[in-house]
Amino acid sequence: MKPDVLGTLIRHFVLLSLVAIGGANAVVPEMHRVAVELEHWMTDRQFAELFALANAAPGPNVLMVSLIGFQAAGFMGAVAATVAMCAPSCVLTYFAVRRWERSRNERVKRIVQRGLAPVTIGLVAASAYLLTRAAIHDWLGAVLTAGTFALMAMTKYNPLWIFGLATALGLVGIS
Amino acid sequence: MTSAPMTDDQSAAAKVSARDLFLGFLTVGVQGFGGVLPWARRMIVEERHWLSEVEFTDLLSLCQLLPGPNIVNLSIALGNRFAGPLGSLAAVTGLLAAPFAIVLALGMLYAAYGNSAALGGVFRNLGAAAAGLVLATAWKVAKPYIKRPEAIVVAAIAFVAVVGFGWPLVYVVLALAPISIAWVWRLAR
Repeated sequence: MKPDVLGTLIRHFVLLSLVAIGGANAVVPEMHRVAVELEHWMTDRQFAELFALANAAPGPNVLMVSLIGFQAAGFMGAVAATVAMCAPSCVLTYFAVRRWERSRNERVKRIVQRGLAPVTIGLVAASAYLLTRAAIHDWLGAVLTAGTFALMAMTKYNPLWIFGLATALGLVGIS
Repeated sequence: MTSAPMTDDQSAAAKVSARDLFLGFLTVGVQGFGGVLPWARRMIVEERHWLSEVEFTDLLSLCQLLPGPNIVNLSIALGNRFAGPLGSLAAVTGLLAAPFAIVLALGMLYAAYGNSAALGGVFRNLGAAAAGLVLATAWKVAKPYIKRPEAIVVAAIAFVAVVGFGWPLVYVVLALAPISIAWVWRLAR
């Protein structure tokens, strides 16, 4: 194993962890700068493909850093990058949330949360719009998007069925 | 005012153990195609009733303000609420364990075979389905607030800032959160 690469991975991602307000997608440009331009762990095209992979795979998109770590230094690189990216923000969140929940000032807590909620709603709506615009190229994309929306919004069926269908169609060349 | 003015804000005070948290978030991680938020909301609000609709959005908003992935933060917060430090650890481990293994396996396949045409098609289809999932989640998160004009205005500004002007999320949250909180505070006086 290359300890110098592991150290570099940890150093970069510990820093990114603490500035990633809004999640991993907020620091994608910075990840690109570090992985492609600064450290030359991968090409521009590899970065884009690994990003698509991290988004298509189940789980939080933060696992993009696992793939960068894997590309840079194999399995230990993946572990190091993932822990470095998650641990600092998790510890910070843990203490922040404990303090918040212990606070007895219910009225202030209520007002702050009622104020934050609309911002969250706007951001979720924005990512829904951007994802939809990026995903719908043709009628099949539109049908898959509309179908998943309908299944999720109006029924109790597990939307995993649509994902199975989408995968099967893709594998037989319909996409 | 009714005799129990906060009922819509409070879910059944469920007794949730560290084991429940681990298993619950494990299913979220395994299912979480195209982002985890829709699946987390489905598990927490609709399937297990750990939080009400409004409680979920409140907690998510708090997590949005802290660094780190929102859902990872949410698992820490929810774990702590139900089962203390062990609960946080159980929830976040459950959330990340399976996806980490899956994404590494995919990374190895990618390193070995590169991006084949068939996989490109699969990704495109999955992306379209995932978009529908996030659309539905946006609708569900917005529903309880639809009759509050001030909430709609703030949500609309956040939407336009991100979609129309392409502002980074951080700036939108940092700029809009104090304004929105001040507005709610004035209305509550």
